[in-house]
Amino acid sequence: MKWLRNILLTVAMLFGASLWGVCAAESAEGEDAAAEEKLDVVGLIFDHIGDSYSWHICTVKGHHVEVPLLCIVRTDEGEWHAFSSSHLAHGHSHKGLWIAPEGEQWEGKIVARNAEGEVYRPLDLSLTKNAAALMINSLLLVVIILGCARWYKRRNYDIRQVPRGFVGAVEMLVMSLEDDVIRPSVGKDYKRYSPYLLTAFFFIFVNNLMGLIPIFPAGANTTGNIAITLVMALATTFAVNVFGNKEYWKEILWPDVPVWMKFPIPLMPVIEMFGIISKPFALTIRLFANILAGHTVLIALSCLVFISVSMGTTMNIVMTIFSVLLSVFMLVLELLVAYIQAYVFTMLSAVFIGLSRKEHTPRTPTKSSEKDKLNNNQTNKNTTKLC
Amino acid sequence: MSLLTPDIGLLFWMLLSFLIVFGALAKFGFPIITGMVERRRQHFAEQFEAADKAAAKLASVEDDARKMLEQAEKRSAEMLSAAVADSQRIVDTARAKADSEAAARIEAAKNQIEIEKQKALGELRTTVAMLSVDVAEKVLRSKLDKGDADYLATLVDEAERNSAGGVKES
Repeated sequence: MKWLRNILLTVAMLFGASLWGVCAAESAEGEDAAAEEKLDVVGLIFDHIGDSYSWHICTVKGHHVEVPLLCIVRTDEGEWHAFSSSHLAHGHSHKGLWIAPEGEQWEGKIVARNAEGEVYRPLDLSLTKNAAALMINSLLLVVIILGCARWYKRRNYDIRQVPRGFVGAVEMLVMSLEDDVIRPSVGKDYKRYSPYLLTAFFFIFVNNLMGLIPIFPAGANTTGNIAITLVMALATTFAVNVFGNKEYWKEILWPDVPVWMKFPIPLMPVIEMFGIISKPFALTIRLFANILAGHTVLIALSCLVFISVSMGTTMNIVMTIFSVLLSVFMLVLELLVAYIQAYVFTMLSAVFIGLSRKEHTPRTPTKSSEKDKLNNNQTNKNTTKLC
Repeated sequence: MSLLTPDIGLLFWMLLSFLIVFGALAKFGFPIITGMVERRRQHFAEQFEAADKAAAKLASVEDDARKMLEQAEKRSAEMLSAAVADSQRIVDTARAKADSEAAARIEAAKNQIEIEKQKALGELRTTVAMLSVDVAEKVLRSKLDKGDADYLATLVDEAERNSAGGVKES
């Protein structure tokens, strides 16, 4: 009977996908009731994928159901303000601070007016929707991983006890990453980097998955935000460049090319320097764009239901079925993407770190170095395939 | 455009939460999991090695046992054949002894019989002689007269001479 339960659970989860639709429907209805305007799909999508000061859940009969969050702002006068975001709702201003309305500069962000009467953007460390979601997800991740570690501790680190179920799955995931990605890519001192790479993987993975759950404590577009992916990419860049060995820096500053290519005009070093910058850039954009696109497509598909209302009842029903089916398909696809993007980020980070820890290879390639090259080529091929 | 410009506040919170998560997991999370798996793998490898060793040892022990068994069988066969030979010899000697004893007994019996026969023959001869003497006596008594006295005297003489000669001989 277990398989039946699993199937039912899966079906229930899939229908959870239509919750997107329900939420969107309510907000759309609210707006319709308020202004009798056409549904602003673009606004809806941008509201979701962007950040906001409060956590909007849904709108019931024109009334916004939302979780107020903490706003922390430092004005240019040097004053710190901390208050609930509910003070800023509906264009209200609080202590000389307000959210810039649509069409103005810094649209949707907290702004203030300085002594000269000019509108400026103060230092804004507000605990926004994405920041709050990030903390919830981080907490969840810490609980999961430390819970798994505790599983071993509770059994006094007895090697005869092998975890099953959830802990077993986490262990399997961790070991598959370490054995198949981290060890072959990083090389001999992989143990030093494996905690960072595993943290990066699970951080992205948990955030991706939480982004796919449409109801309140989850559902924020965290990994589809450039600030978040940028921090992750910079962490990898830090690991690559700070712990890079002599060989790595020699390859950048004085590579094995004819002298005229590096002196007097440092042609190759400049190109290599661009490589240093382009690597985190590529990491940032890849993850950000993939997740952002997934969220956008999911909301757009859900919005099909409400767009098609004006096309008549029959069309509306057909489009609704179409929308739900496609949403289910996209959601399943996004589950795959959630894993793949976390995997790709981890693997690229591992490859970059591996390149920065390269051993010195003599000019006449020996057998072992040829083998290494072959391995590297293979990893690179895998990398390109996954991108 | 705001999608592509990272927000300072979010950067700050992200950096903070990521560092905390990294610190917690890198210290108390992943090393424990990977370490346990590493230890378990090592343990398995050791176990396999030990099992191999034990199997090899078992094989050698079995080999030894088989050899010992073979030796024992060989020895028991040897002992059996020796025993059979011994028993044969004993039987043979016993038989020979019995034969010779029997032969000796038979010989002795034969001798005895011969002796008895001779004795019986002797007795028979004496008895026959006595009888013939008696018969002769009776015949003589019936035929003898006074006239025969001279003849008798010669016979007596003759007998005397015979007995004297017999005494002399014995």
